Amino acid sequence: MRFLLVEDNEQLARAILDRLSIEGHVVDHAPCLEDATAFIDTTDYDLILLDIMLPDGDGRTFLEQHRRTADATPVIVLTARSEVSDRVGVLDLGADDYITKPFDFSELQARCRAVLRRRGGAARNQVALGDVLFDSLAGTLSIGGQTIHLRNRELRLFEVFAGAPEQIFSKSKLVDRLFSYDDDVSENAIEVYVGRLRRHLSGTRAQIVTVRGLGYRMSIS
Amino acid sequence: MTAAINKRGSILRQLIALLLAGAAVLAVILFFVVQGFARQLAEESQDNILNASVTAILDTAAVQQGELTLDLPYSAFSMLGNLSDDRVFYAVYSDRTFLTGYSDLPQIGTPSPERPLFETVTYQGEDIRIINAARRLVSEGRLVTLTASVAQTRNGQIATLNRISQNAAALGLGFFLLTALMAYLAARSAIGPLQRLAASVSRRGPQDLRPVAAPVPAEMVPLVGALNNFMDRLTISLARSEDFIAEAAHRIRTPLATVRTHAENTLHRVERDENRASLREMIRAIDDSSRAAGQLLDHAMVTFRTDHLEEEEIDLSALAQDMVHRLGPLAELRDISMICNTPAPVVIHGDPILLQNALRNLLDNAIKYSPAEGDIEVSVTASETQAILTVRDSGAGFPVGDITELTKRFARGSNVDGIVGSGLGLTIVDEVTRAHNGALSITNNPKGTGGCVTLALPSPS
Repeated sequence: MRFLLVEDNEQLARAILDRLSIEGHVVDHAPCLEDATAFIDTTDYDLILLDIMLPDGDGRTFLEQHRRTADATPVIVLTARSEVSDRVGVLDLGADDYITKPFDFSELQARCRAVLRRRGGAARNQVALGDVLFDSLAGTLSIGGQTIHLRNRELRLFEVFAGAPEQIFSKSKLVDRLFSYDDDVSENAIEVYVGRLRRHLSGTRAQIVTVRGLGYRMSIS
Repeated sequence: MTAAINKRGSILRQLIALLLAGAAVLAVILFFVVQGFARQLAEESQDNILNASVTAILDTAAVQQGELTLDLPYSAFSMLGNLSDDRVFYAVYSDRTFLTGYSDLPQIGTPSPERPLFETVTYQGEDIRIINAARRLVSEGRLVTLTASVAQTRNGQIATLNRISQNAAALGLGFFLLTALMAYLAARSAIGPLQRLAASVSRRGPQDLRPVAAPVPAEMVPLVGALNNFMDRLTISLARSEDFIAEAAHRIRTPLATVRTHAENTLHRVERDENRASLREMIRAIDDSSRAAGQLLDHAMVTFRTDHLEEEEIDLSALAQDMVHRLGPLAELRDISMICNTPAPVVIHGDPILLQNALRNLLDNAIKYSPAEGDIEVSVTASETQAILTVRDSGAGFPVGDITELTKRFARGSNVDGIVGSGLGLTIVDEVTRAHNGALSITNNPKGTGGCVTLALPSPS
């Protein structure tokens, strides 16, 4: 997916760019509103991440202007303000959602997914893995005309495997993807979710295989 | 918040008391003046008649062939009789020799022919008004002084005086009542501008800090000037605290966001278990401090807003649906399903931002303390007098015994090991509830596991 990040803090912007790239997204960075307008005029984005306090103006003014144009690109506001003082403002001005800094990346992803799902997902979110059709936005697996709805953790786990078939993922890395840092979970907790995915995938050509001592990988026969 | 006002006296009462006292004094003076004047008038008219009577008697005195003759005319007494049915006495002396009349009628002094003497004396047990006049006649080459006294009881005069006194009293009372009414009206109109100012200031909303623009009388200009000045300063200081809270949040949260994102990114790259563990610890510490900073700032803002409560009509059901929707993605991350049970709109008066914040804290807690794949139920119901919002989770519940302690600042349950929290969430909920005159109750679900928090807010009548 293609993101536009409007954020003036250089270090934070770099960190977010870095992270979104790890997830396999394409990101453009605009450090001010002027650049942001230039980017939007030339490129189509799936989602805009917008900071509020910017050097050349208030992100809320930009939001209002953006909503007045025909452009329907969803906007998620990144705010550092106290929610008590800020929250009504941005949603009323047409933001699709907002997230308070500092944020958990999985929360940002969850919000992006929710916003995109609400806006109606694009076809490019579907991935074919052997005889399994995976729609990451809808959170479904289509197997032989049957649709299975994945729960959130199953979906996120499946996304990891589907993003890089045949790659081996350690239990510890999978735990980091699935659980928040204040959940005190053992690595074995991941087995429950792997078990569920295996049940969904039974009889298909896509299988999650245990690599002894290393972790798991998805193999497509 | 509002300190007791040190109240002493009332301008209205003081003004009225002062004006009434003045009116009373004036009424009493009026009464005595009228009465005195009437008495004087009555006395003068009696004196005039007595004078005419005595003059008529003396006028008949003549010296005929060396003999002093006196012919008491009927008219001398009938003119007195006209006045009333008072009794009349008289006595005539010639050079101290009693001639005719009542010999025991007291003689008052020695009158000169030019000026008769008047006096009020007691005679036969009654007050009488007496005139004593003299006339000099020459008889046989000798100067004879003829003295005549005419007296009359004063019953008629006293009766008239009493009547006049009664009328004077009625006049005085009427004067007093009229003046009292005018005093009251004058006092009311004098403090009218003060009352209008007080009403217009107290009618204002909590955020309305505009200067008073309505015209005021000259005497009130210093007060209104001071008031406007005070409101100016208040506006500035309020804006400053709001800005400060927003600015502080920005300064704290942006670097924390940077550190957290970098740490998370690094965690994805490193392989060694001990490095991963310390990075995880780092992220937890960042979460801990950012949540604490956030809650502290939220708490400051909540305290600030509860002091300046901005109430409007809110549908509590819609607010709950909104917040459930808003926190949906967060609950989903842990496969927690949130059920919103709001069958009908429930309208209350309140500050939507504060109530949103309270509910957000409750749902944050519920999500945090529920096990993965648990359920959270939010319900909004209305009774006749209350709107009731309940949040039920399926977590470990509240530790028995701690329940009343939990709303204290920085207090946390004894069973929250390993879960990041600041201990301010329920304090905020409690403060918001109090600001809305509601009641917060924290219980455990009797029918199973999980905690149950209920906000009972008064419905508008």
